[in-house]
Amino acid sequence: MNKIKTKKTAEELGVKKVFLESGIEVNPIYTAEDIENSSIKHEIPGQYPFTRGIHPSMYRNKPFTIRQYAGFGSPEETNERFQFLIKNGQTGLNVAFDLPTQCGLDSDDPRAFGEVGRVGMSIDTLEDFEIAFKNIDLDKITVSLTINGTAIIAIAMYIAMAEKNGYNISNLRGTAQNDILKEFIGRGTWIFPVDKSVKLVVDTIEYCAQHVPKYSPVSVCGYHIRESGANPIQEMAYAFCIAKAYSDGALSRGISIDDFASRLSFNFDIYGNLFEQVAKFRGGRRLWAKIIREEYGAKKESSSWLRMIAGGGGGGLTKEQPLNNIIRSSYYALISALSGTQTMALCSYDEAYTIPTEHSAEISLRTMQIMIHEMGICDTVDPLGGSYYVEALTDRFEKEIKEEMKTVEKWNGIINAVATGKIQESVSKQAYEREMGIQNGTVPKVGVNIFVREEESKEVEFHPYNQKAADKQIEKLKRIKASRNNELVKQKLETIRKDAIDDKNLMPSIIEAVKEYATVGEIVQVMKDVYGEFKEPIFF
Amino acid sequence: MKVLLSKPGLDGHDVGVKVLAHGLIDAGFEVVYTGLRKTIEEIVDAAIKNKVDIIGMSILSGTHLVLAKKMNEVMQQKKLNIPWFVGGNIPAKDIEKLKQLGAHNAFPTGSKIADVVNYFNTIKVNV
Repeated sequence: MNKIKTKKTAEELGVKKVFLESGIEVNPIYTAEDIENSSIKHEIPGQYPFTRGIHPSMYRNKPFTIRQYAGFGSPEETNERFQFLIKNGQTGLNVAFDLPTQCGLDSDDPRAFGEVGRVGMSIDTLEDFEIAFKNIDLDKITVSLTINGTAIIAIAMYIAMAEKNGYNISNLRGTAQNDILKEFIGRGTWIFPVDKSVKLVVDTIEYCAQHVPKYSPVSVCGYHIRESGANPIQEMAYAFCIAKAYSDGALSRGISIDDFASRLSFNFDIYGNLFEQVAKFRGGRRLWAKIIREEYGAKKESSSWLRMIAGGGGGGLTKEQPLNNIIRSSYYALISALSGTQTMALCSYDEAYTIPTEHSAEISLRTMQIMIHEMGICDTVDPLGGSYYVEALTDRFEKEIKEEMKTVEKWNGIINAVATGKIQESVSKQAYEREMGIQNGTVPKVGVNIFVREEESKEVEFHPYNQKAADKQIEKLKRIKASRNNELVKQKLETIRKDAIDDKNLMPSIIEAVKEYATVGEIVQVMKDVYGEFKEPIFF
Repeated sequence: MKVLLSKPGLDGHDVGVKVLAHGLIDAGFEVVYTGLRKTIEEIVDAAIKNKVDIIGMSILSGTHLVLAKKMNEVMQQKKLNIPWFVGGNIPAKDIEKLKQLGAHNAFPTGSKIADVVNYFNTIKVNV
C-alpha cells in the first residue's frame, strides 16, 4: 500500500508558525503517525506509569478535593474559623502563617514590627498551637501547614500539641508545605544555608517515616517556581529535581524509598496554553513514576504516584477587566480536571487587587462544582487520552522535562544551582521577557494589551493591620516567658544546639523544647548559631 | 544614573523588583540590588556606599506605610536628599500618604516599566 504523506507542518501548509511558551513548535495537524511509537497505546489508568491517572476509576469514584486557601491573624481567630468550618461540614484547612513566624522571628523582635499577624497566624510558642486547635478533633480535620523556613518547628509543635492532647501520633494525619528549595527560587522565606535547610527537611521526612507515618511532611512546589518566571517544562523539571534531592537525603539516612515516597506530594501552577498544561501534567506524571520505580527501585505502587494539587495560578489573572478572571479560572479548573489532579484550588477573580469577598470566593467554589455536577467531567477517566495532539505533546513533555533535569545536573545538582543563584538568574530573566512581551503586545492578554477598554482603575485593598492584636500577641509572649520553667527551656535549647553540632536529627530535641514553651525565635537562634545563615547571591 | 533597588521588611516576593532591574538596565541605568529582608538602615547605608541617585523599595506584604515612615526618619537623621520610591501592592489611596511621608512617588503593581523609566528620566533632568 502506498502511504500518502499528510501535510502537517506550518511550512508545508503555508501557515504561520506557532510556538508554546515552553518553546515547542505546534503543528497545525496531528495524525496517528505522530503517536505511532508512543507507549500510550498500551497504557491504562491506574497502572504504571500512570500517564492517564493514578487511580483506575479516578473521579467516577470520587471527584478531586476542593481546598481553598485562607489566612487569619491570631490563633484565637483561627480557632473560631476552625469551629465555624467544622460546623459547616468542612474537613480540611490550610493554615497561613505571618512573615515573622515564617522567617523565625518572635512577635517582639524589632524586625517583626508591623508584620505580626499581617499575612497569617502568628506563632511564638506551643501555646499558640494549643489555642488554635482547642476543641478540634484532629482525627476528623486534616490540617495543612503552609510554612517552609521554620516548618520543622511548626511540625514539631503540631505533633507536641497532639501528644499533649492524648492523640496517638502514629495515626496523626496532616500535611506541611515544607519545601525550602523552592523558597530560594521564589517567595524567599529561607533562613539557613541551602545544605542545612535541606537537612532539616530530611529530618522531618525521617522522623515522620519512623513515628508519624500517616503525616505528609513535604509538598514540593513547582507553583512558586513557575510564578517566578519558569516555563512549564522548567516548573516540572525543577520540582522533580527538588523532590529527588529530599529523597536522596532520606535514602542516605537508611530509610527505604517505599517508606516515604507515597507521602510526598506536589503543588503545581496552571496558566497559559490549555493543551500545553495538560501535556505537562500527563508527561510529568509518567516521568515521575519512571524515576521512582526505575531509578529508585520502589516496589510499592503508590510510591510512584504523582499526587498533586493544581489550581489556577495568580500569574494568569489580571487587574484589568477583572470579571474576565472568572472565565480564565474556569479554564484553569478544566485543565486541572483534564490533567487528573487530586486536589484543586482556584484564585478568586478579584484577588489581583483586593481581599476576596465572600461573593468572589463563592464563585470560585461554584466554578468547580458546576464542572463536577453539570459538565460530566467525572464521568470518564482521562477524556483527552488518545488525542493525537495531546499524546504527541505528552510524549514530548516527558522528554523535555527529562532533558531540563539533565541541565540541572550540569549545574552540579539542584542544591548547588540554588545556592549559586543559577536558577534564580534564569527564571528572573524569563520573567522579564514575559513581562516585556505583555507590555509590548507580543504576548496577548485580553483586556491588558488587546481588547482594552478605558475603565476606572481598581482600588487595591488589604485587611487593615490590627496593632491591638499584635500587642496582645506580644503580651502573651511576655507572660509565657515569665511563667515557664526558664532553666528547663535553657537546657532543652542546649540539647538542640548539641544535636545540631553532632549532625543529629533535630526533630526529637525540637519537640522536647517546644513542649517547655521555647519560642520559635529562640530555637531558630540556636540553629543559626550552629548552621549560620544563607547568604543570598544577588542575581537578577 | 545609578538606582538602588531594595527589599525592606520580611516580604520575599522579588519577581517584580527583578523585572524592573532588567528594565532599568536595558534603559541605560546602572542598578544595584540589595537582595531580600533588609532593614531601612541597611538600605540607606547601601545607598550612601554605592553613591546612588535614586532609591527604590519593593513591598508587597502591605507594610509600605510602616516602612516608609521609618525611611523618612532615617533619611532625615542622616540629612540625605536622595529621591526614594515605593513599588508593589500599593493601594491608590496610599500613594498620597507615601508622598507625605517623603516618598517621591509610588508605582503600584501593574505599572508599566516604560512609565517608571520615563519618570526616573525626568528626575535625571532635575538632578
